[in-house]
Order: sequence, then C-alpha cells, then structure tokens
Amino acid sequence: MSRQYETVIGLEVHVELATKTKIFCGCSTEFGGAPNTHTCPVCTGMPGSLPVLNRQVVEYAAAVGLAANCTVNQRCKFDRKNYFYPDNPQNYQISQLYEPICRNGYLEIDTPSGPKKIGIHEIHMEEDAGKLIHDEWEDCSLVDFNRSGVPLIEIVSEPDMRSAEEVIAYLDKLRLIIQYLGASDCKLQEGSMRADVNLSVREAGSETLGTRTEMKNLNSFKAITRAIEGERERQIELLEMGKKVVQETRRWDDNKEASHAMRSKEDAQDYRYFPEPDLPPIVISDEWLSSIRARQPELRTQKLIRYKKEFDIPEYDAQILTSAKKLADLFEATTALCKKPKKVSNWLMVETMRLMKEKGMEAEDLSFSPENLAKLIELTESGTINSSVAKEVFEEIFLKDVDPEAYVEEQGLKTVNDEGALLEVVRKVIEENPKSAADYRGGKEKALGFLVGQTMKAMKGKADPGAVNRMLKEQL
Amino acid sequence: MANIISDETMDYVGILAKLSLSGEEREQAKKDMERMLDYIDLLNRLDTEGVEPMSHVFPVHNVFREDVVEHGDESEQILANAPEAKEGAFKVPKTVE
Amino acid sequence: MSLMSLTALELGRKIQNKETSSVEAVKEALTKIRRMDKELNCYVTVEEESALQKAEEADEKIRAGIWKGPLAGVPMAVKDNLCTKGIRTTCSSKMLESFVPAYTAEAVENLERAGAVILGKTNMDEFAMGSTTETSYFGPTKNPWNAEHVPGGSSGGSCGAVAAELCSFALGSDTGGSIRQPSSFCGVTGIKPTYGTVSRYGLIAYGSSLDQIGPVAKDVSDCASILEVIASRDKKDSTSVKRSSYDFTSGLNRGVKGLRIGIPKDYFGEGLNEEVRAHVLGAAHVLEEQGAVLEEFDLSLVEYAIPAYYIIASAEASSNLARFDGVKYGYRTEDYEGLHNMYKKSRSEGFGAEVKRRIMLGSFVLSSGYYDAYYIKALKTKALIKQAFDRAFERYDMILAPAAPSTAPKLSESLQDPIQMYLGDIYTIAVNLAGLPGISVPCGRDQKGLPIGLQLIGDCFQEEKILRAAYAYEQTRAYERCPLAKTELF
Repeated sequence: MSRQYETVIGLEVHVELATKTKIFCGCSTEFGGAPNTHTCPVCTGMPGSLPVLNRQVVEYAAAVGLAANCTVNQRCKFDRKNYFYPDNPQNYQISQLYEPICRNGYLEIDTPSGPKKIGIHEIHMEEDAGKLIHDEWEDCSLVDFNRSGVPLIEIVSEPDMRSAEEVIAYLDKLRLIIQYLGASDCKLQEGSMRADVNLSVREAGSETLGTRTEMKNLNSFKAITRAIEGERERQIELLEMGKKVVQETRRWDDNKEASHAMRSKEDAQDYRYFPEPDLPPIVISDEWLSSIRARQPELRTQKLIRYKKEFDIPEYDAQILTSAKKLADLFEATTALCKKPKKVSNWLMVETMRLMKEKGMEAEDLSFSPENLAKLIELTESGTINSSVAKEVFEEIFLKDVDPEAYVEEQGLKTVNDEGALLEVVRKVIEENPKSAADYRGGKEKALGFLVGQTMKAMKGKADPGAVNRMLKEQL
Repeated sequence: MANIISDETMDYVGILAKLSLSGEEREQAKKDMERMLDYIDLLNRLDTEGVEPMSHVFPVHNVFREDVVEHGDESEQILANAPEAKEGAFKVPKTVE
Repeated sequence: MSLMSLTALELGRKIQNKETSSVEAVKEALTKIRRMDKELNCYVTVEEESALQKAEEADEKIRAGIWKGPLAGVPMAVKDNLCTKGIRTTCSSKMLESFVPAYTAEAVENLERAGAVILGKTNMDEFAMGSTTETSYFGPTKNPWNAEHVPGGSSGGSCGAVAAELCSFALGSDTGGSIRQPSSFCGVTGIKPTYGTVSRYGLIAYGSSLDQIGPVAKDVSDCASILEVIASRDKKDSTSVKRSSYDFTSGLNRGVKGLRIGIPKDYFGEGLNEEVRAHVLGAAHVLEEQGAVLEEFDLSLVEYAIPAYYIIASAEASSNLARFDGVKYGYRTEDYEGLHNMYKKSRSEGFGAEVKRRIMLGSFVLSSGYYDAYYIKALKTKALIKQAFDRAFERYDMILAPAAPSTAPKLSESLQDPIQMYLGDIYTIAVNLAGLPGISVPCGRDQKGLPIGLQLIGDCFQEEKILRAAYAYEQTRAYERCPLAKTELF
C-alpha cells in the first residue's frame, strides 16, 4: 500500500429505554415471555388502533440529550418511516426525522493525544421492531411482536471518529452516561444497546469524505473493533484496485468475521417519511426542561470527585468504582449500611473483580444485594468469621446472594472463641509435631507458620488466626 | 405540463407500495396517475411562499400516557386473525437479512 | 304503524314508555332488511342472532331502570370500517373479508353503553375511497329513492339504510364528504363533527388527519343526541380533543335570529346543478325569513382543496394501508414464492382498483425527490385554506353551501372518470382539510325526485350553531320518506 488512508467513522447508536411499558401502548417491556404475550392491538398494528406516547420516553430522551451536551428542541414531532418488513407490524416505523428531540451535542473522550470532542448530530425517539425467529424444521420464519414498540432512542454522532479505539471510547462514555441516568442498562449482547457503524476512508490530508457504508449487527465491542478493521481494509483494497466503494448497508457476521451487503431489488431504501398524523407535536416547556435537569442524577465525573473527598478513596479506586453505574450503586448502598467505605471498596475492587473476571461477567450482571455485603463486612469486623471464611462466604453471596448470617450459622463457620477448646487443640498440635516445636524453640520462626496451619486445619478454619498465633507462642 | 409516468416509475412505485399490476390494469393505473398528477399540478398556480406547512389542524400538543402496564396476555386474540400461525407466532415465508 | 319510520328519539321514547320494546323494533328492522336489502345492498353483514339477544338484554335493563337514555334499545347500523368485537369488519374489501376484530371502536362502544343495538355493518366504498359506494368488494349499494342511482359514498350503506328505514340511525365516517354527500343523495341528515370530537380509535384509517366519525339519521335532533353519546375525549386517541361542552341538544330550538350566514359565491358558480342551486338558495331564504342575516362573500382557494386533499389523503392512505400485508390478518394469496412476492400478490389481489390507484399515487407523492413538490405543497395549501375559513368565521357564524354539486348520479356513471368523481366532493373536502364541522340536511328534491342536501359549515367546535340552524330550517318542512320505505311489509 503506497498511499496513506484515514478512516472516518460516525455511529448510529440505538438504546432501548428502561421504561416499564412500550412507547405507544401499555404493554410490558419485560424481556422473555412466550411469543406475542406482551402485545396488544397497537403494537401489532391491528386496524383501527392508535398510538399514545409514553411520557417517560420523552423524559429519558431529554435527559440523555442534556447529559450529552445537546440542545433539547422545545418543539419536536414524530414522523412515519415507511418500509415493508415482517417484524414491522404497521409496515411503518414511528420515528423522528424532521424535528428530533435533541440536536448538536458532544461527548469528550480521552485519546492518546489528549481529550477529543465527538459531535452528536441528533438524538431521536422511535419504536423498536419485533423479532423474526427462523424456524428450524420448516422453511419459514416466525414473527414475535413482544419487542415491537419497545422505546428506543437513536444517538447519531458526527463522523468525528478516526479509529476503533475512538469508537470504543465514545461508546463507553455514552453507555456510562445512559446507565448513570438510569435510562437504559445498555447491554450490547442482549441488544439493549446496538451500534451501527458508518465508515468511509479517504487519502490522508483530503478534506472531502469518501463514500460510506453502514455496518449493522455489531453486538460486542470486539465485533465493532473487528468490523471497523475489516471494513477499512475492504474499502482501501477497492480503492487501490481503482474500484469504487458502493454506498450500502452491510451486515457483520461475527462467526465469519466478514460482512456482506444487505441488498435486495425489492428494497428501495426510500422511506417516504411524513409527519405522523396520529400524534400531536411535543412541546417541552422551560419548566419541564428544568425539572428534568434538576432530577438529573450525579454523573461519573461528579461522583469521582465526591468519592475521593467524602470517603477518602484513592483516585485509582474511585475510577474503578465509578466505571459502571452498578458498581457505584453497590458501593454507595453498602457504605450507607455499614459505614465502612474502605472495606466496601476493598471487597468490590478485589474479590468482586476477581470473580467477575473468572465468570466473564460485566458489572451490570452483578446481582448480589448491598445488605448482604454489608452484613458480611460486619461479621468480619466483629471477628465472628475470619478473613478466609469471609472470602468463601462472599463467593456464595456473589453467586446466590445468600444471607451471610444465616449461611455462616448453617454451615457452622463461626470462629471458635472458646479459649479452652482452642488451648486443647494447640497442645495437641504441639504434641503431635515435636520436630516443628523443637525447630521453633531453636529459633526457626518459619516453623510457627506450619504449626498455625496445622491448628487451623484441626479447627476446620474456624479459629481466629491471631489467637492461634498468640496461644502457640505461649505454649511453646 | 403533462406528466408522463414511465414503466420504470411504475415498477419503482410498485416496489414501494408492494403492489404488482399487470396488463390492462397497469396501463389504466398509469393513465390515471398521469391524469391525477396533471390535475394536482393545479397547485403550482398557488403561491405558497413563506407559508408554514400544516400537518395538524389544531394546536394540540403533549398528549401522553403514564408509564403504567395496562394489559396482560392477549396473544390468543392477537393471533386469531392470522392467515398462518405457529407456536404463538405469525408465520411468514423464510426471511433472512 | 312501522317502528322503523320513527326517528331514533321517537322510538327510544316509546321503548322507555313500554309502548313497544327493543325486541319488537329489532325484529321489524330485521324483517325489512330481509325483504329489501337483497336489492339495496346496504348491509355487508347482518347479525340477526346477536341483535335479538342484545335487544332482549336492552329490554331487561330498561325495565330494571338501568338504561334510561334516549337511545336505549334503538337499533342501529354501523359503517363497516368501524371495528366491532366479534363481528367481522371488512371495509368492504376482499382484503378484510373475514377479519373479526378483537375490540370495538370507541364511538360504537359509547353507543352500546347507551343501550343502542347493532343490527349489522353497512356497505361502503372500499376503505372509504370513493363517492358512490360502488367500489365495494360486495357490490354497489343502490339509492332507496331510485335503485338506478347511487346512494353516494363512501357511507352509502349507512345513509341508504337510514333512508330505506332498515335501521333507526347509523354511524358513518367522513374523510372528504363521506357522510354529508351520501346524506344529501339519500335525503337524510348527517353530521361530520369537528376533527377530534369523536375518538377515531377503532376506525380503520384512510386519511388519519381528515377522518372523523359522525351520525346519520332522519333528523337533526337524532343527530344531535347521537353526537352527544359518541363524542368523547378518548385517551386511546391522541388527536381526540377535550371540548368545553358536550351538550349538542339543549340549544336546538334557540332559532337563527341574528345569526350571520356567509354564502360563498365560489360555491355557487360553474359546475353547480341549477336545481340544486335553486333549492339550496331557497333554504337560505327560509333561514333569512327566520331572522338570519345572509351575506355573499368570496371564500377563495376553492379549486385547490381537491388536489391538496388527494395528495394528503392518498399519502396517508398509502401508509395506513401498508399494514394489510397478509401476515397478521386479512387476505393472503394462495401461491407465492418468498416474502416480497407474498406481499405483492396478497395486496394486488386483496385490494380493488380505486384503493390501488390511491396507494400508488400516495406512495409516489411521498417518494424521494417529490415530497416537497407534492406533500409539503399540499400541507401549505391546507394552511392557506384554513386561514381562508378563519377569515370567514371572523364575519360569519356559519357558511351555507350545497353538500354536492348535483343529485345522485346513475350507477356506474361516475367510475368512468375518477377526476370527475373527485370533483363531486368540491363542497365538502375543504371542511375536512380545515377540521371543521359540517351538516347536511334535506332541502328538497330535483325533477327526477332525487333528494338535495343543504350543507351548513361551522367554525371548529361550533357544532351547536350549525345544529341549531339546521334544526330551525328542518322545522319548516316535513320529513320526506322515500317511497320504498313506505311499502307495506306484509
């Protein structure tokens, strides 16, 4: 390759909002459920049905817009996007084209060469489509409208990103903001956050944009990175061969690590948008907007500063604790219960992280309650259990959210504080290990460690190691 | 100005509207469309410079519902009119992207 | 005496007074339908069994003093684009030939709650697209005044059924004149309320920004009472409006003294049948004699209403009717290869010519490159038309006009030339674009004996005024029953 190319990337990110009900009807947005059990005439496009907008969708969309430094348009409206597809019950999608709810925002990301602003062109509200299930036995597909009408916001960035790293940094930032707002859990794997990548290449130094393609079906950061690299190479190869890049939508296949064009002669890509006659416009008054702003929760940067100040948590730890809304929530809730921020931070930073890594989980997947972690900390602090038992109990909490008090009781894990019983064991251990006892008496400090271990083993781990240490020394 | 609708346009609109007309019906539809468009062109005589397009006739705005679940499983009724259904879902010809 | 010759209110009173019963009335209506509707074809579906059952229930509730309203026990007909739970709702289309909705339209439900009994569903132009009820998949409806003529459309079945006394009253829908024009052709009274007055929930949409449900009956009092029942702010319809008043009846007899009535010169020019002009202006003078103040004026923009309407209505229809694709309900073709072929064949076979014509036009005017030239232009025209009406209503309480430029044409005359047919809606269409209320009341007949309708157009939410004026006019003449309705049953 003789020439130098620059990659130009813009993102269209769809986020499913965390409302209880769908955007235009009172059906539940709950995941799962047998096909079409969360549906009604509205979200299945029955003749004569009409949409009514869920107020919470507007609130979430505006809140995300504010957090992403957008102008919230005080007047916006819905449009119909017309296209035929079986997962689209009305064969039009209610979306926003002409007057979206937010425009002109940005997010700042960190890059090796310093902070960089990624422009946000607009944020609009729309409805999700249903799901097509491909039947394995028959040559047919099945349509389930449970997801049809789940509220989405689409965040359209400017083509300001130049590498996969920048894309990931932008997505991370966006995801964190939305999670902090409680507007969505933003899980890529489960599809509650989906990114379409618009990518073009141009010769370095060129001011004009090349022809772009749109890549869909990217459901992990890894897939996004690979797809960007693959598409960049594909386009450069075309240009090097003197061919042209065709503006098209491509579908990424993560197994094949390749994309293919989603073209069809029956697919004109002419959406015939026009104003939705069934929905009156939305006017967001100054009062409404300021009340949304006032309810805006503390975002990461503010939390970071507060943790350092209020809890005396080091910068690095505070960074990790605020790296996911779920972690920060757990930290704060547990601290509020047990008033021991350092201990809580320690459990989250060490054991929680270790187990998450081991199980391949993300912070959003954490399911244990702050109450149980707080109880565990109390149990350790009071000396009811020792630290190695505590680790064992934590694993149970992490996996099954068990109540540590009950668990310790049931399993008989309490540290034995009966001095007499311990003394007996210590004497017995010394008796059975005369060589080690002699070694220690002869000045070999190491031998004490062995004896402590033997005592703990005999006590089935339930002794306080400090007490064992002290008593052994006394008896030797 | 007389509008001429080409065969390509008829095909294109057919793709958009998911309608395939053939033979006499198609010729008739083409003629009708040309005539309608000629008639609609009457609007070009009207000066609408600076006029705000009006989609909703009344200045009603902010009609919302609260975020409260309103109904349970209605799948049986929803599927009752399906030409073909299987396992609680609507059955369609195999569709892959 | 025939119970079906009574107005809905008269019948309702007799039922309340136990002079007759709902069952008696329903039985008589069903007998008349059996006898006469093979020829007229006003009904697509008649629900004999459920109607009799509902009538019995109504009689019980009336006896128990639960239902005391003026329409309790009164048999009605419902246009077949209004969803009725458990009763097939076809829009007079092959597409929905066997579609049975899971819910009932809000307007119909309001009437059922008031005790009215559904006899069946009435014929219409397919998906309400037409002015003659000839585009129905189930064959044309004939005008009860003269079976060689059309009843008008698209609510031709509802208006014909009221005129032929095959029901006490009916519901219609009006997108560009579909209640007022057939009311005029059938010699009955019909009102299209202000947009947003009656919930559209359950009305199978044609042009969503124009559609409005309204009553068809023998007289103004009936219409006012029915409107009082069906009008509601419905939380299921975001475009339904909370009105300051839902009282349409108590002011009916206040008279027209001092009301200023504007007569748009441009509605009485070229293209208007002389006999229609004479009768409508005659009616105007009757109102003048009663104290109304008449004044001619130029409404302007009249010729632009129809092209603007056809762009907007067709565009909305192309999108509204996209859902009929053979997946969730409705017709699916027998043989197909793959999804898109299934779509195209199902829709091409399931829709009739006029529907396809409007879907094609609507898809074209919205397509890439044409949106501004057509759709935006039409929305701007609509804004100007609304302004023209606003100016008129600064000076007048209402506008008086014909409901249609002629009386009912002969069957199959209109379909030859769609544009000519569209021109027949010239006096009604602008009212829909501006969202205004309009009423059509009979004001005489032409030499062939066909009825002529007088249209009164009010400012938005001013139904009370046009009902009052229509009532005042109606008091000066007797209701003319069509000869067919007078024929003895047995």
